Amino acid sequence: MTTLFPTPGQTVGPFFGQALPYAGDGDLVPPGSRDAVRLHGWVLDGDGQPIPDALVEIWQAAPDGSIPQEQGSLHRDGWTFTGWGRAETDLTGHYTFSTVVPGPTEEGRAPFFAVTVFARGLLDKLFTRIYLPDHPANAGDPLLQALTDDERPTLIATAEPGGFRFDIHLQGPRETVFLTHQ
Amino acid sequence: MTTSTDKTQEAEKGAVPSSDAASTTQAQISGEIAEIAHSLEQGGLTVNQPLLDYPPYRSSILRHPTKDPRHVDPETIELWAPCFGHFDVDPLEADLTIAGSGEPIGERITVTGRVTDGDGRPVRNQLIEVWQANAAGRYIHKHEQHPAPLDPNFVGVGRCITDDDGNYWFQTIKPGPYPWGNHLNAWRPAHIHFSIFGRAFTQRLVTQMYFPGDPLFALDPIYQSITDPKAREALVATYDHDQTKPEFSMGYKWDIVLTGPSRTYMEESE
Repeated sequence: MTTLFPTPGQTVGPFFGQALPYAGDGDLVPPGSRDAVRLHGWVLDGDGQPIPDALVEIWQAAPDGSIPQEQGSLHRDGWTFTGWGRAETDLTGHYTFSTVVPGPTEEGRAPFFAVTVFARGLLDKLFTRIYLPDHPANAGDPLLQALTDDERPTLIATAEPGGFRFDIHLQGPRETVFLTHQ
Repeated sequence: MTTSTDKTQEAEKGAVPSSDAASTTQAQISGEIAEIAHSLEQGGLTVNQPLLDYPPYRSSILRHPTKDPRHVDPETIELWAPCFGHFDVDPLEADLTIAGSGEPIGERITVTGRVTDGDGRPVRNQLIEVWQANAAGRYIHKHEQHPAPLDPNFVGVGRCITDDDGNYWFQTIKPGPYPWGNHLNAWRPAHIHFSIFGRAFTQRLVTQMYFPGDPLFALDPIYQSITDPKAREALVATYDHDQTKPEFSMGYKWDIVLTGPSRTYMEESE
């Protein structure tokens, strides 16, 4: 039984730029390396305006579905896949990761990138998932199937040459479905 | 003459607050803070996490989701967390006072505490990142406008890995309060930003640690966005004389609780 109430979150604020981003943070694998894909998109507010001070983190399985438990995310050696990365948005609200396609962690399950979003103006983190476009297991995924036809596309990346695009709408008609696990 | 007309129009706008920071006073912001707290109290609601839809914090108006988050049972990947360790973090990164060739200006402090899950069990060997303003309330950031001095001996960034019992330790200087653009004469209470990883992805936390007795607490919409007083007081460190080092630094203690039991312990108890 959980007995202690959790420490509340607070906004990441505008000044994380010196502290949280670091060289190679968004490169889970070196860009251009074998099997590397680009996962990128824009973070947008309720007016559809880009958010230039957001931070996106991803956590994922390896292509074979195994869960990495290796150190080295903060000092990439170019060989070790740690499964975790971080990208701040640029002045146009754009974020980019270089990574590999996650595999299913259990047979028959739909693979996804687990995502955390932070921004100035956002008082606590948001969790979501990025599912792969046209993956056969998506049809049996309990979360995707529970969503409406309008909501479902907000969690599925768009295929592009060399990778995927996934925009994050904090608000508005295409508001991304965010998740709670409690 | 136009002022009274403007005020009437302002009042008629009702629930839609102005986002014109230059025309909004602290009294208006404080009024909105009190109104939200009152209406929640009337509804018998206590909220121990920040409200994402909190107009007194103007930047939240277009940046909060309008729908409640969808409940989902965490899947395998979400029950695990990325692994950080001493390959990632040099122990010297926990000392924010050694970034320059000289001593930073300000009140030298140590901040220590323990990270646990909701069952009180330690979150071992995980990453904590911190960042803060200097003693004059100035961050090193290209968009920082506050005309307070930079300190050549202080960057205000640190990291550490929790020990086998979940404990962390930072040596730093006490940050100053600083002005911001939310409204006229808006000042943030002094704080240190914390970024914490748990043993499960779902335990991720970014928050702010405050200092006891700050007169700005009541005025600050970011702190007040947690409407349960006991919950927001959990963000305030306590002065700890046992951590104060003679003739050297003042000690503060702040414990952190992450959501739920972590994966390691769920497996152990199964």
